[in-house]
Amino acid sequence: MDWLNAVVQGTLLGGLYALFAAGLSLIFGVMRLVNIAHGDLIVLAAYLGLTVTTATGMHPLLALVLVVPVMAAIGYALQRGLLNQTLGDDLLPPLLVTFGLSVIIQNALLEGYTADPQKLSAGALETASFGLGGLTLGVLPALTFAIAVVVIWGLQRVFYHTPLGRAFRAVSDNQDIAQLMGLNRRHIFGLAMALALAVTAVAGILLGIRTSFDPSIGGGRLIFGFEAVIIGGLGNLWGTLAGGVILGVAQTVGAKIDPGWQILSGHIAFLIILAVRPNGLFPRISA
Amino acid sequence: MPDALLNMTGLDAHYGDFQALYGVDMHIDAGEVLAIIGANGAGKTTLMRAITGLLKSGPGQISHSGVDIGGLRADEIAMRGIAMVPEGRQLFPSLSVKENLMIGAQVGRNGPWSLDAVYDLFPILEERRDQQSTSLSGGQQQMVAIGRALMANPDLILFDEISLGLAPVIIKDIYKALPGIIGQGMSAIIVEQDITKALSVSSRVYCLQEGRVSLEGGSDTVSREDISRAYFGIE
Repeated sequence: MDWLNAVVQGTLLGGLYALFAAGLSLIFGVMRLVNIAHGDLIVLAAYLGLTVTTATGMHPLLALVLVVPVMAAIGYALQRGLLNQTLGDDLLPPLLVTFGLSVIIQNALLEGYTADPQKLSAGALETASFGLGGLTLGVLPALTFAIAVVVIWGLQRVFYHTPLGRAFRAVSDNQDIAQLMGLNRRHIFGLAMALALAVTAVAGILLGIRTSFDPSIGGGRLIFGFEAVIIGGLGNLWGTLAGGVILGVAQTVGAKIDPGWQILSGHIAFLIILAVRPNGLFPRISA
Repeated sequence: MPDALLNMTGLDAHYGDFQALYGVDMHIDAGEVLAIIGANGAGKTTLMRAITGLLKSGPGQISHSGVDIGGLRADEIAMRGIAMVPEGRQLFPSLSVKENLMIGAQVGRNGPWSLDAVYDLFPILEERRDQQSTSLSGGQQQMVAIGRALMANPDLILFDEISLGLAPVIIKDIYKALPGIIGQGMSAIIVEQDITKALSVSSRVYCLQEGRVSLEGGSDTVSREDISRAYFGIE
């Protein structure tokens, strides 16, 4: 039963990792941009949530109605103002620029909020639980997982059943020809980043409710997001959810064996999958 | 020439340090079908890229309906009603046949062409509408590429080497469909290496040679000798 418990808890944790990863997967899929600052943007979203909740007394989940649009706006401005300039045939400039951005965000957060660990207070939700077939599940992890499924379903819907998604895929396939269809790729990229950071806002708030955070933890979240994306296969959103779950289960099962092995076993699972299936489990693009 | 739909004056085009077009002067009137012929590397595709804005041209070098489009981005030019069937078809692989056609209508111009009209023209595409576009045969892909350009309801459509890499019987079919496509008041520029094909559907012809216009004339009045001189640059 203990092992089953570890697997179930890991699955639920995987939902959070999938949310970390979904934004990364989306922007890589649309514009081949690897965003090193993604983890720090998640932490930024958590701090925005903190500011909103302390200023207004709102519940952190309610604060999403403010934080999501603000992050989306930041994403659009960031893409149009900065990241579009770095895109080209070379993958290196966007890597370097987002790395620099990561440093800037971390230090700005340090200046603004100090290095003290913070937490979003969600009241009874944090400790509420329910029984299911002999297991006891936290309401928050279950809610997180449900949100992850809904978000990924929604992204999938946008991608494959809306004109915007069609534009995303067309620009991703062939930028030149997409422009002949009247699509301004700079605008489309801006929208993709806005959507990615809207998802990041959700991930940041849920992270902030679940654990304490400080300006330096972005890098770790980035790694988990990356690993989930790679395990699932680049550019496949449901694969990203599966990747998150695999990573989460590996961590909780590892922690069950020895509490010190939690993070390590996640990385080992990632390395094994990378060695066996270098393109991930469900790759969309074969290369 | 105030009446010209598209007017190029002294058009230069560069790829980095390499100059591909040298002061090209050309015009196309409303409703006209123009053929552009020339050997490999003469600058035909470069000319297409310059007209559609994929390659930047200088201000004042190209005007469309009297408006300078020289410095505009490709998407802005597409919005004005210039569509292209690109060389090698270049469909979007992750879009279905229907989605490839739908995205052509993204510019939101009104006109006779709609999904139904394209399906009437190429019935096979309706059967295959939910397939991955790259799973079609070359000829069918070319139909999608033509349909995609038509969906924009352009007033000028550019055909860049539409017979390249296709079986002769398919080429015949596509050229048979051309009058029905461009007979509706649309202007067209047809770029071809197959001179006979190009002359048979056009009213006027330009020949390019090493980035310059080497011949201009009516498609039924230019002589074979003139063409071979303009095409190969030999007497």
